[in-house]
Formats: sequence, structure tokens, C-alpha cells
Amino acid sequence: MTIKIHTPLTREKVKELKVGDSCLITGTIYTARDAAHKRLKELIDNDKPLPIDIENSTIYFVGPTPSKSGQVIGSAGPTTSYRMDDYSPDLIKLGQTGMIGKGKRNGAVIDAIKTYGAVYFGAIGGCGALLSKCIKKCKVVAYPDLGAEAIHKLEVEDFPVVVVIDSHGNNLYEIGPKNYLTQNKAE
Amino acid sequence: MREIDALTITNTVKKLCIEANCHLSCDIKNCISACAENEPWPTAKDILNQIIENYEIADRENLPICQDTGVACVFLEIGQDVHINGNLNDAINEGVRQGYSGGFLRKSVVRDPLDRVNTGDNTPAMIYYEIVSGDKIKITVAPKGFGSENMSAIAMLRPSDGIAGVKDFILKTVREAGPNPCPPIVVGVGIGGTFDKAAYLAKKALLRPIDLPNATPFYADLEKELLEKINALGIGPQGFGGQTTALAVNIEHFPTHIAGLPVAVNINCHVTRHKTEVI
Ligand code: SF4
Repeated sequence: MTIKIHTPLTREKVKELKVGDSCLITGTIYTARDAAHKRLKELIDNDKPLPIDIENSTIYFVGPTPSKSGQVIGSAGPTTSYRMDDYSPDLIKLGQTGMIGKGKRNGAVIDAIKTYGAVYFGAIGGCGALLSKCIKKCKVVAYPDLGAEAIHKLEVEDFPVVVVIDSHGNNLYEIGPKNYLTQNKAE
Repeated sequence: MREIDALTITNTVKKLCIEANCHLSCDIKNCISACAENEPWPTAKDILNQIIENYEIADRENLPICQDTGVACVFLEIGQDVHINGNLNDAINEGVRQGYSGGFLRKSVVRDPLDRVNTGDNTPAMIYYEIVSGDKIKITVAPKGFGSENMSAIAMLRPSDGIAGVKDFILKTVREAGPNPCPPIVVGVGIGGTFDKAAYLAKKALLRPIDLPNATPFYADLEKELLEKINALGIGPQGFGGQTTALAVNIEHFPTHIAGLPVAVNINCHVTRHKTEVI
């Protein structure tokens, strides 16, 4: 079953999402990768305001290719999320509720997800051309000097993701392969 | 002595950068379709079908298959009877520069691993030269994404570890990589040589079409056995579970020292890109 969700992702909405759910996201999301996260963390450490509204926000870990004329954005699939593990807990603490990426997260991120009520979605890695079709608007809102790594504000429509870690800490990277192997053995 | 102008090299590298990033080669496409067909796990099948849809869009619209258009790995086999007019390194880097800007590809190279300032044009390329006989130049551009590069590993095993040790290390590397390198993956393996030679062989193994087994039957069998073992791990496409964890295992091997057994595993994703031209 596919669940349609709209951003901003309130904690109530987050709580209803279960590991393995296929979702289609519509609304505003922000992009940030390593370099932008590093700057956000420096602001947090110095008690300075952030350039984006972090409350109930969703951050997509992506650095798109440049857009050709007439294109909203270039190819835009997820990057590996563990490189953001040092930064995500602080942002979740400040109110971020959604993350979109690919790959494993560490214990500190999973703890923050459970404590504050957040969700980690996976988008399909290596499907940047396909995913770019769901991005309807794109605007740089911070750190333009970072190029592809700048923070972009995106308007997405039916952007396909899967719940990889839900607010209870259930993890699809553990459950999915296990279920497959048990089923496979049973047959 | 045949003369080749540096400009010809630049133009070829430029073209190959763009083509490699937008059009997946047939061996990979055929393999992904076959895997989608045979995949018993519904979520996994669905992901493989989206991967197919993605490369079809990229083909049709000349879009990069993936936003990580990689660092440009450029392999040259230079015939010893060729003379190049102009600076070869500069010509290659100029080709990368033009390809990445003209092709709307992402610039992902930083000038220094610690100060991390983007060079803005995806140069320098990683260049690998080999001198061969003849009067031609074979150029292969293989853009390499780092989601999978970061999951690669090397081990200096003991000779007594033998084939069992080699298999264990490869399986351990794939298991630990899990969902990170965007499975289904292609596994490049280098066995033998020195520390650096093994890593080079692993990278070079990724250039071989995945429907072409190692020419030595022993290694061809090992490739087949490892592929089966990897696909029995259950990681599946994107790590969500399933049969299709790897598309292929390609092994290259080389003589080594009496005291050593180097093994390198260079992981690549389903967006395993390379395009070649001979001039
Ligand atoms: S690992 Fe491959 S498919 Fe995944 S983001 Fe990197 S280049 Fe793209």
C-alpha cells in the first residue's frame, strides 16, 4: 500500500509511519549534503539562527546535477546518509522530523529519531533521472557558493520513498533482508 | 611513428564523459532486466523496475543516470608507435573539463582532501596509462561514484589464508557495505601484485563487460561462485531485502610475492559506467 504524505511532517504524522511503508511525499523539502550540514552545525554550536525553518522540516541528502535550460533540476537521487550522522541528531533535536537518503545510520541518529520522533526515508539510489521528475520547483536558499551542495528549497509532488527507520527505531535494513531470507528458506 | 593531436584526445574524452554518464552499457542493462524478471521478492522487483525506468529516461532525454557523475577515471592504452602532439595530461583534463560543463554533469572533485574546496570543473581526472604495442590509443572513461567507492576495501592476506580467506574477505566487504553502495552492485576484485597493484586490478576489473567471465576457467568459476554466495546474503536492491544484491563479480589477478596475498575489492553500483573509443 502506498501512503500519500504532505510536508511539513508533524510529529503526529511521523508516528503513523511504519517501517517498510511506501510513501509519496508532496510539499516543501530542503536539500543538504556534507558541506551544508557542516555549516548548519557551526551555526547551532554558536547559537546562531539557521537559514531554513527547521521545525517539522524534511531534509533530502542530495547534490543534483546542473539543470539544462527548461529543466527544474538535473538528476537528483539520494547520497549516502552516514556522512550526515555527526550532524543529524542536533537538527532533529531542533525540530527536523524527516530525512531522505540512502544507506545505514548510526546509533546516535537512531536514538535521536526515537527520542524526538523523526523518520528516515530511503529514496532509490542511482535513480536521479527518474526522481527529478517529481521535483516541480527548485530554489537556492542558502550557501550558493557551495554549488551542487548549496541548500535548495524543493517543491516535490508524489516523491517516492520508503520508511527505512520509523519513529520506534525499527530498521528496514535489518528487517527486510531477514524477512526475505526466512521466506526464502520456508519455500 | 603515427602522430595524434592532443585536441583529438580532448574531444574524445569530452564525448566519452557525457556518453558514459547518460547511457548505461548493454551488458548492465541486460543483466538488470534479467534480474528484475527472476527476482522473487516483490519490493525488490519493484525497485529493479524503477531502476530500469530510470536508465530509460536517461537514455531518452540525455540525462545523467545518477546525480553523482563521479570522478573521471580515464584509462589509456597507448600504442608505443604513437607520438602525441601537445601535453597529454592537459589534453585529458581539458576533455573532462569540457565534458562536465558541456554535459551538465556534477562537479564533485575537491582540490585538496583536507581543505575541501571544489575545483569547479571536475578536474583533475584519475589517469591510468598503459603502454601497449601498435599505433593506436584506446581511451576508456569510467566515471566513478563515491557511494560505492567508499565501501571498497583492501587486505594483505597471508598465503596460508588461501582461497578461503579471499572468499571470506570479499563476502565480508559486501556484507558490511550493505545498502550503502546502492545495490545491486558490481564487485571488482584484484588478487595478487602489490598493495597498489591489487587496488588497480580491482578498479580495472570493473571495466570488463559483466557478461564476459575471466578468461581463466578457475577464476571464471570463482566469479560465479562468489556471485551466488553474495546473492544468498539477502541484502537485495537498496538493502531492503531480496535476491539481487550483485549483478556480477569480476576478478583480475596477477603474480605476487612469495610472502603475500593482496586482495582488493572495488565496489561499484548498478550505475557502472564506462565508454571506450579507439583512435
Ligand atoms: S553509488 Fe552509484 S548509484 Fe549510488 S549515488 Fe553513487 S554513483 Fe549513484
